[in-house]
Amino acid sequence: MAHPTSHAPSLWQRHQIFEKNSILLVLGILVAISIGGLVEVLPLFYLKSTIEKVDGVRPYTPLELAGRDIYVREGCYLCHSQMIRPLRDEVERYGHYSLAAESMFDHPFQWGSKRNGPDLARVGGKYSDDWHRDHLRNPRSVVPASIMPGYPFLEQTPLNIDHIAENMRVLRIEGTPYSDEMIANAVADAKTQASADDASTAAFLKRYPKALTRDNGGQAGRLTEADALIAYLQLLGTEVDFKIYDDKANIR
Amino acid sequence: MQGMAQKKLTFGEIGLAAAMAALALGAIVVAAKAYTPEYAFHAYVFAASGVAAVFAIGNRYFNRDAVTPQEIDGKPNYNMGPVKFATLISLFWGIAGMLAGLYIALELAWPLLNLDLPWIAFGRLRPLHTSAVIFAFGGNVLLATSFYVVQRTCQARLAGDLAPWFVVLGYNLFIVIAGTGYLLGITQGKEYAEPEWYADLWLTIVWVTYLLVFLATLWKRKEPHIYVANWFYLAFIVTIAVLHLGNNSAIPVSIFSSKSYIVWSGVQDAMIQWWYGHNAVGFFLTAGFLAIMYYFIPKRANRPVYSYRLSIIHFWALIFMYIWAGPHHLHYTALPDWAQTLGMTFSIMLWMPSWGGMINGLMTLSGAWDKLRTDPVLRIMVVSVAFYGMSTFEGPMMSIKSVNSLSHYTDWTIGHVHSGALGWVAYVSFGAIYCLVPWLWNKREVYSLKLVNWHFWVSTIGIVFYITSMWVAGIMQGLMWRAYTALGFLEYSFVETTEAMHPMYVIRALGGGMFLIGTLIMAYNIYMTIRTPEAAAHSARPALAPAE
Repeated sequence: MAHPTSHAPSLWQRHQIFEKNSILLVLGILVAISIGGLVEVLPLFYLKSTIEKVDGVRPYTPLELAGRDIYVREGCYLCHSQMIRPLRDEVERYGHYSLAAESMFDHPFQWGSKRNGPDLARVGGKYSDDWHRDHLRNPRSVVPASIMPGYPFLEQTPLNIDHIAENMRVLRIEGTPYSDEMIANAVADAKTQASADDASTAAFLKRYPKALTRDNGGQAGRLTEADALIAYLQLLGTEVDFKIYDDKANIR
Repeated sequence: MQGMAQKKLTFGEIGLAAAMAALALGAIVVAAKAYTPEYAFHAYVFAASGVAAVFAIGNRYFNRDAVTPQEIDGKPNYNMGPVKFATLISLFWGIAGMLAGLYIALELAWPLLNLDLPWIAFGRLRPLHTSAVIFAFGGNVLLATSFYVVQRTCQARLAGDLAPWFVVLGYNLFIVIAGTGYLLGITQGKEYAEPEWYADLWLTIVWVTYLLVFLATLWKRKEPHIYVANWFYLAFIVTIAVLHLGNNSAIPVSIFSSKSYIVWSGVQDAMIQWWYGHNAVGFFLTAGFLAIMYYFIPKRANRPVYSYRLSIIHFWALIFMYIWAGPHHLHYTALPDWAQTLGMTFSIMLWMPSWGGMINGLMTLSGAWDKLRTDPVLRIMVVSVAFYGMSTFEGPMMSIKSVNSLSHYTDWTIGHVHSGALGWVAYVSFGAIYCLVPWLWNKREVYSLKLVNWHFWVSTIGIVFYITSMWVAGIMQGLMWRAYTALGFLEYSFVETTEAMHPMYVIRALGGGMFLIGTLIMAYNIYMTIRTPEAAAHSARPALAPAE
């Protein structure tokens, strides 16, 4: 017998099984790295308290979705967070702290990690469309000390929404409740939202309650990337009515 | 006689050439029907790479011997070609990535440098910087050192014939696709995981091949024990695969579109993102580089690893605890409190295995401390371990919720990241490269130790400028955001805090510039090391035996 019962192998000797067998080592690594991830991630999918129950959060309109894609494309999240923390100064500076429900349709989430510029979670409605247009063209024309890059090309680039219905179809597979009707009318809805008063506005508003429709000031009939981005920015943080939202009901 | 055996195309050569030809053909079809010109460009890059691969395989067939011997005169016939390639290209990417970093640092100080152009706006260049230094520079250093270390410690030639080259070249193709994609606005918008679905798929194929080459080389080892550095490499390779697949689960809009949507959304996506993001730090930037520490420091100091038992505890404790730390990136967010608390708890505990590893690395020098005076290469590596210790103290501290409420969203985080990235990851990589290049090119020593010394001091002062300016900037901005007047109003508007950052941003750019100059000195030194002829002197070096 290599190891008499009175002299059991030490832990160090037992560990040699990993040192001598690469497959066992790989399995050991897989077990060690799986536990933490499973414990932290899985409950978020089934604990009902993870996402608050609120009224008002709806899927993005086609125009807002196109704007959001531009927001992602330009890497806005690298300088702007969309996550107001429940700290006194943040709530006073930006508004009600962010709810998980407010980003439930965000693929991917855009909470951000660094504020080279201010938080944008509730920027919707804070400034006029014209302000945003000027600000995107040349940030320093409205905020002289801003360090944001200028995005003049956005209002010079026609918005490409040829494939927006395909985008919505993928999001529906991933859980966003887009109806057949929403997908079928995607391109028309984008144009409707960017015009002041359209024959189809009523039908559009039925599909996307409380969505802002107005003439974005873009050249008539010609949607630009800036129009879409501004539609997205003006929506941010406006969906939940915090006058009637009950904080206490969702304490987790 | 092996050399006279009939030369035949191997199954691997035929298979890979066919696969690459199919890739080229498929890519051309995709390019023709692509939704956007940017995506068509990427398809053409894939097509050109496929064609080039077919030619390279054919060319190699005509130039190679019939059989590649596993051993020559009883000694392993090491396959160092891919190692050399990865070593040199890591330097190229390192300089490119640092240059991008310097430029975006200057953009923050002087925003006019964005030039109103989409391709060089901060939001597109920043991912280019992070990916170039982490995945292109760091990744190639890890490929080079892991392929070197696994061969030397196993006393065996790298497994696979074309596979090691496929890993190295395929990985760098991924880098090209990822990097050009950022500039063209192709991104899935997840930090440190920006490449789109097709780049992710390609990386998955490359990475699985990497794991197989590494494992198959381990199976050829002559020692019964797997050397400790290889445990860390293995943990790095396996875990990065798991993280990559979990975080990048996405559905493409069409095979003809570069656009995809991540299947996760909102709060779950945030958790999965930082489970990935923090463990890209934990396993890419820590476990992989600890493997470098466990091989190159003992080797350079000519001392065994301080404690074998400590390395066992270090290994398991580190990989088990790191994976929990992600939620500390989401303190006070809409992530449920229980997850935040778990993340904070494990982040603080993580301090212990981290310092266990640091002690194991530093104490390896016991009895050889005098070498720090004479050997600047060893000094760079020892200082890297010291920076590792500093960052792994600062990290747990910043993960405490009350500290994080001040530091989060500010430049303190940027400073913390760079004390780890420049001080630890880059320095231990530099040390490894200074060791590797003379070994690979059969030189006794690098061209000039004096230049190594210059590199060390210029870079170190650069790091000090960088991290101190970011500490000041971060803490100052955090305090300004929460400052109140006597009447109970917020004292500063956001843009006033931005203005206050300006001097710090200039100093940071200066520090980053010095670090880049140090790297350029190194590149010159490496170039001269390879170019300067010298009689082979290295091959007689003994291989490292497992410690204990």
